[in-house]
Amino acid sequence: MPESADTPRGSLKVYLGYAAGVGKTFQMLADGHAAAERGVDVVVAYFQPHARPDTIEQAQGLEMVPHRKIEYRGKTFEEMDTDAVLRRRPSIALVDELAHTNIPGSIRTKRWEDVQVLLDAGTEVWTTMNVQHIESLNDQVWQITGIQVRETVPDGIVRQAAEIVAVDVTPDALLNRLKRGAVYKPEMVEKALTGFFKGSNLGALRELTLRQAAHEVDLRQSAYDETRGFQVPRISEARPGGTPDNQPKERILIHITADPSTAMLIRRGRRVADYLHADCTALFVHQTPELSQLSAEERQAVEKHLRFARSLQIETRILAGTDIAKTVVDFARHSQVTQIFVAHSQVGLLERLRGKDFTEDIVRLAQDLQVTVVADRSRRQTLQ
Amino acid sequence: MSDQEKNSHSTRGRLKVFLGYASGVGKSFRMFDEGRRRRDRGQDVVVGALQPKVPIEIQPLLSSLEIIPTFNIKGVPVIDVQAILQRRPQVCLIDGLAYDNPRDSRNAHRWQDVEELLSAGITIVASVNLQYIGDQREAVEKLTGKRVTQTIPREFLDTADEIVIVDAPTEAATERRSALREMALVLSADVIDAGLQRYMHSHGLEQHLGTNERFLICLTPRANFERMMATARRNATRFHCDVLAAYVRRPDLSEADQKLLEQGLAKARENGAQVEVLEGQDPVETIVRYARSHGVTQIFVGHSVKKDLGTRMFGSTVSRLVRAARGIDVRVFPHLDRERQP
Repeated sequence: MPESADTPRGSLKVYLGYAAGVGKTFQMLADGHAAAERGVDVVVAYFQPHARPDTIEQAQGLEMVPHRKIEYRGKTFEEMDTDAVLRRRPSIALVDELAHTNIPGSIRTKRWEDVQVLLDAGTEVWTTMNVQHIESLNDQVWQITGIQVRETVPDGIVRQAAEIVAVDVTPDALLNRLKRGAVYKPEMVEKALTGFFKGSNLGALRELTLRQAAHEVDLRQSAYDETRGFQVPRISEARPGGTPDNQPKERILIHITADPSTAMLIRRGRRVADYLHADCTALFVHQTPELSQLSAEERQAVEKHLRFARSLQIETRILAGTDIAKTVVDFARHSQVTQIFVAHSQVGLLERLRGKDFTEDIVRLAQDLQVTVVADRSRRQTLQ
Repeated sequence: MSDQEKNSHSTRGRLKVFLGYASGVGKSFRMFDEGRRRRDRGQDVVVGALQPKVPIEIQPLLSSLEIIPTFNIKGVPVIDVQAILQRRPQVCLIDGLAYDNPRDSRNAHRWQDVEELLSAGITIVASVNLQYIGDQREAVEKLTGKRVTQTIPREFLDTADEIVIVDAPTEAATERRSALREMALVLSADVIDAGLQRYMHSHGLEQHLGTNERFLICLTPRANFERMMATARRNATRFHCDVLAAYVRRPDLSEADQKLLEQGLAKARENGAQVEVLEGQDPVETIVRYARSHGVTQIFVGHSVKKDLGTRMFGSTVSRLVRAARGIDVRVFPHLDRERQP
């Protein structure tokens, strides 16, 4: 549906939880009912058909936009029918599971992309997700739980949200729900208890959720203060031991290579930049005169990393230079970078003797800059 | 993490706290609603304390619950500890933890009454507001301008088996409430962290989960300590996290260097860092071991400038640190001399 250029973008509200069963969907639907009672035009645009009994009950009485049915490998799958929602033009659309990957054959790959379409058309969207689906938290979640989450949402999408609601329940209460069969079917419960729901995982993810929610509140306050010029003390100043924040803005430079550890480096850089309200740039340096002279394998890996950086709203640069470390450091100096992020290079004694330790080179050359050597946060390395 | 089975040998009751960031967010309602549900599930629940004014939406919840009234001394409501102990319920609800009892009471503070009930094996479900937590009071006062005199110690809150934040999003127009909400979220996360560490410890796990950032500043005589400390403090307020500082004692230190180090340590303490002097043959190993056992996520270290054969063979201290610190970021700071003479 064509929109005039002055249609204001819809606002986004995210119900953030730490596991299945904490009550995100339930609360979203409850708030939907409350809005509908106030006379707001609310529809359920996507709702998990195999939802829990109490959640299904909560959805009763709200208008549902029928799902799109998609055939894939002889089975029928249901996805949100974004076009139907656009035609229906509600004020608020409730969309469950923001991190969901659509079935092949759908118009868009990710549900968050469908949500962007709704927002662009001026529809307000309320949605649900778990903290472990935030892209930049991927490594930390892996480190904590030993589980690598594949369906992620770029941080920038979450950042668009006008409001983040932390849906909180204690792990004990969640485990009770699980054992009562209120979350999964009975045959799934045992597996859940020894897998994702085991031991300290829930507590740790819950802690991450609350920290993330606090961080999101902090970011929104800063943005608000900047636009309105409020003189209220920032929490960072009011907190015990807090300091006023009148330092010049930090600039982080992430050094990109073809090495797989680069993905981790990008996520960590994004995360730190967010917390420090810093600018963030990613740089790749090729020793060949032209980028096209790199091996196909290396070029693909580098391009993947550059795309990934851009998807997290990191500005990317490509430079040619025979001495990579020197090129990186020179660029940093000229661009007022305050911190260079590099991955830890795994080199043997022989290479070190020959002076071929890249991390060492950067550290040595950048003696007037801060260099952060980012650790490999995969679980193998931390459990020794 | 609280774990009922693991604690079954002890007779202490469990403490569950509903934390609100302002009055009116609904923590009393949530608490009494939980009391009602526990009663419906067959638990023996009593109410040990109500707020002086009972909001209208809570009254229906109270109708099904037994109340052991507080008694009034000089207009101050005091929990009837004796009556509750005699009644011996499984669960006792306390709406409002932060009250000072009048002089000559059984205990000076209500949280001590609660402590007594917990020791007697009674589970406590209680509510409290952010501004009444000892270490938060000052910050809340700065934001709200309202003075608070009655507080509960942070250490008491940290013993909670469960904490629930009653989180209600704020309208953008009430930016003070946003700041309070942020503080309450961080406080809840910190209390959960304390519980997680107890859980890990009780399971013989020394590993830290890395759920929260923690910075460690390595002190060396020539490091630009002022810069490192200032950066750490600034970043720590952003990350809501702790700063530690440590140095490894070395016998061969000159008197001048020793003095520099001690100045650094004093400065770190002034800035609220947790300071430690470590003993060990190998400084790198010693620092990394300390960092690991204290859940450090980022080590701050000053640049080393030497480049001799030994350094080339085994790497500079910095690169040895990087190699040893697997799983921990290492942030290298410019050398003092470098910064002074560009």
